[in-house]
Parts: sequence; C-alpha cells; structure tokens
Amino acid sequence: MDFQLRDERQAEGLEETPATFADSREHLVVVGNGMAGCRAVEELLARDGGRYRVTIFGAEPHVNYNRIMLSPVLAGEKTFDEIVINPRAWYDDNAIDLIVSDPVTAIDRVSQSVTAQSGRKVRYDRLLIATGSDPFIIPVPGKDLPGVITFRDMKDVDTMLAVAGAGGDAVVIGGGLLGLEAAHGLTLRGMKVTVIHLMDTLMERQLDEAAGWLLKSALEARGQTILTGANTAEIYGDGKVEGVRLKDGREIPASLVVMAVGIRPATALALEAGLTVNRGIVVDDHMVTSDPRVLAVGECVEHDGNVYGLVAPLWDMCRSLADGLTERHTGYKGSVTSTKLKVAGLDVFSAGDFSGGDGCEDIVLRDASRGIYKRVVIKDDRVIGAVLYGDTADGGWYFDLLKKGESIADIRDLLIFGQAFASGGGALDPKAAVAALSDDAEICGCNGVTKGQVVASINGGACSLDTVRATCKASASCGSCTGLVESLLALTLGEEVKSGPKTMCKCTSFTHDDVRREIVAQGMRSIPDVMQRLHWSTPDGCSSCRPALNYYLLCALPGEYVDDQQSRFVNERMHANIQKDGTYSVVPRMWGGLTNPRELRAIADVVEKYNAPMVKVTGGQRLDIFGIKGEDLPAVWADLNAAGMVSGHAYGKSLRTVKTCVGSDWCRFGTQDSTGLGVKIERMTWGSWMPHKFKIAASGCPRNCAEATIKDFGVVCVDSGYELHIGGNGGIHVRVTDLLCKVATEQEALDYCAAFTQLYREEARYLERTAPWVERVGLDYVKSRIVEDDVGREALRGRFLYSQSFSQDDPWAERAAGSHAQLHQPLAPLAIAAE
Amino acid sequence: MIDWIDIGTLADIPQRGARTVKLEGEKEIAVFRTGDDQIFALINECPHKKGPLSQGIVHGHAVACPLHNWNIALKTGEAQGEDKGCTPTIAVKQEHGRILIARPETLQAAA
Ligand code: SRM
Ligand SMILES: Cc1cc2nc3c(=O)[nH]c(=O)nc-3n(C[C@H](O)[C@H](O)[C@H](O)COP(=O)(O)OP(=O)(O)OC[C@H]3O[C@@H](n4cnc5c(N)ncnc54)[C@H](O)[C@@H]3O)c2cc1C
Ligand code: SF4
Ligand code: FES
Repeated sequence: MDFQLRDERQAEGLEETPATFADSREHLVVVGNGMAGCRAVEELLARDGGRYRVTIFGAEPHVNYNRIMLSPVLAGEKTFDEIVINPRAWYDDNAIDLIVSDPVTAIDRVSQSVTAQSGRKVRYDRLLIATGSDPFIIPVPGKDLPGVITFRDMKDVDTMLAVAGAGGDAVVIGGGLLGLEAAHGLTLRGMKVTVIHLMDTLMERQLDEAAGWLLKSALEARGQTILTGANTAEIYGDGKVEGVRLKDGREIPASLVVMAVGIRPATALALEAGLTVNRGIVVDDHMVTSDPRVLAVGECVEHDGNVYGLVAPLWDMCRSLADGLTERHTGYKGSVTSTKLKVAGLDVFSAGDFSGGDGCEDIVLRDASRGIYKRVVIKDDRVIGAVLYGDTADGGWYFDLLKKGESIADIRDLLIFGQAFASGGGALDPKAAVAALSDDAEICGCNGVTKGQVVASINGGACSLDTVRATCKASASCGSCTGLVESLLALTLGEEVKSGPKTMCKCTSFTHDDVRREIVAQGMRSIPDVMQRLHWSTPDGCSSCRPALNYYLLCALPGEYVDDQQSRFVNERMHANIQKDGTYSVVPRMWGGLTNPRELRAIADVVEKYNAPMVKVTGGQRLDIFGIKGEDLPAVWADLNAAGMVSGHAYGKSLRTVKTCVGSDWCRFGTQDSTGLGVKIERMTWGSWMPHKFKIAASGCPRNCAEATIKDFGVVCVDSGYELHIGGNGGIHVRVTDLLCKVATEQEALDYCAAFTQLYREEARYLERTAPWVERVGLDYVKSRIVEDDVGREALRGRFLYSQSFSQDDPWAERAAGSHAQLHQPLAPLAIAAE
Repeated sequence: MIDWIDIGTLADIPQRGARTVKLEGEKEIAVFRTGDDQIFALINECPHKKGPLSQGIVHGHAVACPLHNWNIALKTGEAQGEDKGCTPTIAVKQEHGRILIARPETLQAAA
C-alpha cells in the first residue's frame, strides 16, 4: 500500500490545485493523515458530505492505517494491508486531496496558509491539526546510533522486522503497554528480548503491583528477560548499536534497541504558529484552538488539562469536532479510558483509579491455580477503578459501572464475581450479560462503538460479523470484542445469524468455547441441563451438538458423568466402524503394532467363524476384520477378549493407534527403544475420549519410519533423548508437526504426552484435530502450558491420568458381558412370520 | 382393515433411539422413540444410499442417517433441507402401553 502521490506536483512554493477555481466551498486542510485526522473527516462527511473541500497532508507515505494494529503486524498476526482503515478509494470517492510523504513545516495564520516540506503552499479556510504524538527519546549517550528506534509507525515496524530477520538480541526500554507489545512481537519473530523498566512494576500506570507481578512472571515464562528498577545509563556500540549499559554497570548486548518510554503531544508546529500550547495544543469543547479558524484533535491536544494516549477519546473528540463544524455544538466532555494489552494469551485490563487512598475500599479475588487476579476499587459505593488479570471478560461491565457512577451498594457482595453473578439469575450466560448492557455501553474500544450503534447497524441490515465490521467498525480492529458483537447479532437477529466464529450449530447462538466455559462455570451436569440453561432452540439438539455436548460433559466430569449413548455417533455407540452395507469392521488393539501367535490365531478364528469376507492390515499397524453383523459383535468381542485383546477404538473420537518402528532393540540405527516407548504410551493413553481422533507414533531415529511427524503427538528418538512433536496430520490437509521440545528421559516423554493430550482434551473444540487447534492457539501457547509451566504440566498430567482411571475399561468386554444388549438385537428377537 | 402387530413396549426402545423389527420376506423396519416418547416407524433404509436409519442420532422428530448425515423426517420419511428422497413409512400406534405396527403389505393393499 506504499505509494507516492502527486510527486510530480512538488513544484516550488506554488499555490493551490486547479480545483480552487471551480470549487467555491470552504477549504478544510488537515495536517496529519492519522487516526484522529481521518476519523474527523469521516465524521464530517457523515454529517454533511459536500460542505467542505478537504485536503489532507501526511508525513508518512501511507494511506490512513490503524496504528494500534502495528503490534499485531509486528507479531506477524496481520499484514499491513489488513490494518488499512481508509484505502485509496475512500479518498478518491470523497474527492479528498491526499498529499503523502510531505509534512507541513509552517502555518501562517495571517495569510491562512500552510507550507509543506516540498515547498508546497496551500490556503485554508479552516485548519485541522492532527499531528498525534512524538515518541519520547531518553537523552542518553548513543541514542542516535543506528539500530536504536522507537515504536510509532509502519517505518519502525519495518526496521524491527529487518533486524529481527537475523535473530539475535533485542532490548526494549520501557515496560509499558507499547514496550511489552514490541517485546512480544520481537520474541515471536525469534529475537531474545530483554525489557528494561525503570519502575518496579510493569505497566505501573495501568496495573497495580499484584497484576504487574503476574504479568512479569507470565512474560518470563515465555522466555523474555524482564529487568525492573533498571535505569539505562548508555547505549553503546561502534557505528551501530551493540548493547545497553545500566547505571548499576550491567551490560546487555543487543543489535536492536526499541525505546518505548512514552509519548509527547506533537506540538512544535502549533507552538511556532503562536497558538496556545501547554502540554498539548489547548482546545475548547469543540476542539477549537486559540485561533477560531484552527482546530486540533487527537493525541496532540490538551482538553481541560488532560492529554490522552489512547484511541477511545479520539472518537469522542472527533464527534464533537464534526458537530461543531456543522453547527450542532454538542461539545466534548473529556474521556475516561480503559486499557487492554494486545498480547495473545495474556488478558490484562485496567480502568480508572486504583491507587487507593482515603475512603477507597478494595475487593480482591485471586485464583492462583488459574492465574486470575481481579481487583475492583470502590469509593462511596461507586466503582472508581478496576484491574483484571487472567480473566478480563467483565472488564467492559466494570468500565460501564465506573463511567455511569451509579451506586453498587446492592450488588456489592457479588460485584467481584462479575456481571453474571452480580446481576442475578437472569444474566448467567454471556448472551444475557450482553442483553443487560445499556445502549451507550462501549462494545468496541478500538473504534469507539457503542452497543446502540452495533444494534443499529444490525437492524440496518448487517447480519454477519463481517457486515457489522464493515458498517460500524465494531470488532474490526483488535478483535477482542468479537464475542460481544456475536452475542449482539444473536440477540438482535435470533435465528438469522449468518456467520461468525461459528455458533455450535443451528440449535444455539453460543459458540463451542462459550458452551464449554459455561458448563464448567455453572457446573452443568447433563445434556438437558445445558440445553435448558443455555436456551437451546430445539427440544433435544441435533446430530452435531449432541455428540459435542456429550464429550464436553464427559471431559469436565470424569467418573461422574453418565455417557449418553444416544448422543454418540453410531460407531462410538456400536464400538465398531459402520460400513456402507450396514455391517461393521472390527479392529482389536495391537499395542505399539506388536502382535503374537495367540492374537493372530484368535483373529484367524474369528474371520472363519463369522465368515468375515475380508481381513486387512490397516494404515495404523493392526488388523481390521470386515463384514461383521451388528448382532454378532458381542460374540466376536468375547472371542477376541479371550485371547487378551481389547478394543482398538478405530471408530472413535479417541486415541487411535500408537505406531512404532523397530527401534534400538533390533535396528542398526535405533537410538532408543521406540517400540517399548510406543507400547507404554499406548497403555497410558488408550481408551481416552477426545475432541477428535488422536494418533501417536514413536520413531527410533530421525529416519522416522513410524512417520511421527504427521501425528497428533510424535516422538522422534535421538541419541541424547526424545524430541516431542505435536499437531501433525496426514489426511486431507497434510500438516507436519511442530517441535514442542526435547526431553532427556522416557518418563518425561510419557509425562509430556499425557499433559499435551489433556490440554487438547480440555481446550480444543469438538471435531477440531490437533493440527487446526495448534494453528489456532499458537505453538507458543502450547509451549507456555506444557514446556514452560512445570506446575501446570503436572496438573494437566494428573487430570489426564485421573480421567483415564475411569475410561480404561474395555468397552468390548462390557458389551460381551451383556451390557446394552438391546443395541445389538432386533426388537422382536424372533422374526415375526408374515401371514 | 389394518392388521396390527404387537412388537413390544415403549421401554424396549431407548429414548432418542431406535430398534429394528424383521418380518419374514420384508425389508427391515426401524422403530423410533423420540425425546417426547412418540413412536415412528420407517423402512430401515436411507433414501440416499440405504444407510441403516435405526443407527442414526434421533433429534426432535428426525433422524440423522449414520452414513452421510442426511436428515430424515420421522413422520413422513422425507429427506429434509437440500436433500431429496423419501423412505416409506409404516403406520404405528401405542395402545395400553404396547407398540403396534401395521403390516407393510396391508398398507400397500390399502394404498
Ligand atoms: C481402516 C483404515 C484404512 C486402512 O485400511 O488402512 C481407515 C479407515 C477409515 N478412515 Fe482413516 N483409516 C485408517 C488410517 C488412516 C490414516 C493413517 C494413520 O493413521 O497413520 C490416516 C491419515 C493420518 C491422520 O489421520 O492424520 C487417515 C485419515 C482419515 C481421515 C482424514 C482425517 C483428517 O484429519 O483429515 C478420515 C476422515 C475423518 O476422520 O473425518 C478418515 C476416516 C476413515 C473412516 C473412518 C471413514 C469413515 O468415516 O467410515 C474409515 C473407516 C473404515 C472402516 O470402517 O474401517 N481417515 N486414516 C485405517 C485405520 C487405522 C487403524 O488401525 O485404526
Ligand atoms: C504500536 C502502538 C500500539 C497502540 N495500541 C493502542 C491500543 O491498543 N489501544 C489504544 O487505545 N491506543 C493504542 N495506541 C495509541 C493510538 O495509536 C493513538 O492514540 C492514536 O493513533 C492517536 O491518533 P492521532 O491521530 O492523534 O495520531 P496518529 O495516529 O499518530 O496520527 C498522526 C499522524 O500525523 C502525521 N504527522 C505528524 N506531524 C505531521 C506534519 N507536520 N505534517 C503532516 N503529517 C504529520 C504523523 O505522521 C501521523 O501519521 C497504540 C499506539 C502504537 C504506536
Ligand atoms: S481412504 Fe479412508 S475413508 Fe477413504 S475409502 Fe479408504 S478407508 Fe475409506
Ligand atoms: S445413506 Fe443415508 S445419508 Fe447416505
């Protein structure tokens, strides 16, 4: 999207465009093609499209993009094209003259004109200054070395990406919102990052000590080094940056130094033009500066003594400004802001004042095992501040209470548990919680969109997430409000909702994730219970939600939940694979692909005894007997059981096979006993129900004869231990595994396998295999849970083994002994003779 | 006159499930019990590729075929949604706690 416009017209000091002669409208000139400048023009166009002729000057070479999304671009989650707010066509369609790469250098208020760097001079009737902020550079020696940069625009991101491409060390100075997002992005790009923060707590302006500490621990667990209370003395290097020296003498090597210590309103231009400037350009409630012809908006202004560094206030400012320019005079009243950190997997929210003080009371909730910390600060029965870490779902609600300033005396006892509890029974689900929000509650903080506006856009015909994004911009930026917008779609449209991070099925407006969360949160215990409490729109669900609910309940309540056979797909109900002619195939387990004469004889006998038309070796290293009638299954199983064989679960959303190769016992290349390990893994994991089928393999050396690198979990043995791989898939879309980590011992390989399996069982959506799941949540996330969190891994493993203690009874043996006999028998046992 | 055959009680069929009945010389019949304890009977063959409907997941007054997930209305035997096709239905009734089905030939004769 880079382009250079109108270069050809950078002629010396010349005035105007030919349009002037034809155009008698007032000329609005905007300095700054950023978020506030363009939003102001949008608001103006929405009110009175043709009123002003508009020219916008931009210092950057781009069209207007969403600055807050530079963090996801740096992290590789978005491309530049995806964060463009106003594409070229918008300027064209609205006949806006856009002049890029040409910063305005002077304002002459007497002749009412601006001069740009190229010498171009343009007359204005109204001038709008929207120059944003300049990053603050700490005045230490070495600050000008190549490789020392700030984090403000696309150019900075490009520089970071260029350096990060070569790997190495990076130092981020500043542990605030911006610094941590930079550090996160650089870590994802493969750099080893150290964050240097002057204060003792990260994000101290937004977080209290406790939340800051949790955040620090989480970032360290992701491999970043965080130095708090660290004061930068010097940046050293010969011709380019080589490292940072702290006041206490420590040296931290770095090929890149990002300064993210703060911003200052960009006021130089205004100051020189003689406008009133304090910290920012002083404006009144209509964004008018000390010169009535000159307006200012965005981060460069100071209103009522306040300057802002977040986008939410800009939207309010732009509305008042456009109202003022079209004689509506609503007036800006200042903004209360809230903060969210855009680092995947770390939920951090804060709003208002949490510094404590006279008359303030704190309500605190900590759940150490889940890593949750919530603190709400109350004064005179009103919420004045909130800090949430780990679970920020109620952030919007607390923020709403804070802005409204209503008394919370009545709900005080339950306040900390969030809206669902505090507002009583009616709001026990996310949809009801959204329904309870007031019309002016903010839904999308990035774009300043209220609930009322979202609903208006839905009522105006937007019936999918994408159309809502397109029409009112809600959820179009960082995406953290997507769930809210979907709930609003569901509430407003009922059955008609067209898309979205899909609802489970047409029986409900909830997504898989919502349902899973609510099952646990509300302690639901049966399928009808879930359907009742979550307002299922059908009496007993359908063939896609029922198996999913059955699984979610089973996973949440091991040993307690009574499996609903009628919600199982036929194969899982019959414990065999249905074939096109209605017969079944039977696959007994062969541990790690091993077998013996006794098993082979028993299989041979079954084939003959029941006239099985075919027996074949499967792709999963075992034998498959075809053409068995439903009625004969229990007898076949009894025979196989007698030879010591159990169900191979070839039919289930469950552990399938553990493929192995020969390994060190025989193979001349084998480094470890891959066969033995495979058997042990299969003994540990067999019988477990999963969101989808789950396949494992163990290869004895990197030649990888067991094809471990396209399995859900794969082990590749090497001389020094075991490489553990995850998220592979043969099948429709082949995906090679990601390397999770390497471990030294067989026991660790088993432990990590159990923990990974359980994480997948607990967090993937039904019918989502590990490959798409890992892609969705990210390898880093899985690593953070399995590799970096020893306690968490142990807990996962413990939960897996506990659950296994209930699921390792051979289902075939039960059926052979007579359970669920009716599933295998016709209703009237003897064929009723026709007359 | 319809010839009714007693095939058992409600409790013999799992709720949201089905059992089959074989009459000599006839195609297998699937007898369904829905969540609200109504009984329906269809020939146990999907109009698509003859999948055994008795093995499908019963939801509302429909069954999802176990082979390719077509949804068949229990009352009419008609495939729902985009899919086209129809499975023959068999008349059933519940009397004094027993389930009775009509002999298919009787129906054919009546038709
Ligand atoms: C029997 C077997 C073929 C064989 O004769 O070798 C087989 C048979 C079926 N596979 Fe498979 N797959 C078999 C190994 C595989 C493998 C190879 C492997 O496991 O190493 C793969 C690719 C590896 C993978 O899963 O990543 C494989 C990928 C699939 C897929 C695609 C899955 C995907 O994620 O894209 C399906 C479709 C599905 O599950 O939705 C599938 C589905 C099926 C079904 C269940 C189709 C169906 O729904 O009826 C077949 C059942 C036939 C039956 O009634 O027995 N089968 N299938 C193999 C059984 C292995 C076992 O011992 O349990
Ligand atoms: C990486 C990053 C992440 C952020 N994340 C968040 C977040 O999650 N939430 C949040 O609320 N806020 C966030 N912010 C802050 C947010 O981006 C700003 O509040 C917002 O962009 C301010 O808008 P603005 O129009 O005032 O300034 P800008 O968007 O900076 O626009 C000013 C524009 O004016 C141009 N300009 C300056 N001087 C001149 C001149 N003399 N002539 C011509 N053009 C000139 C600049 O080049 C710039 O393009 C983030 C900022 C950054 C950098
Ligand atoms: S590849 Fe698998 S699903 Fe396809 S026909 Fe063969 S066994 Fe069936
Ligand atoms: S046979 Fe029933 S859907 Fe194909």
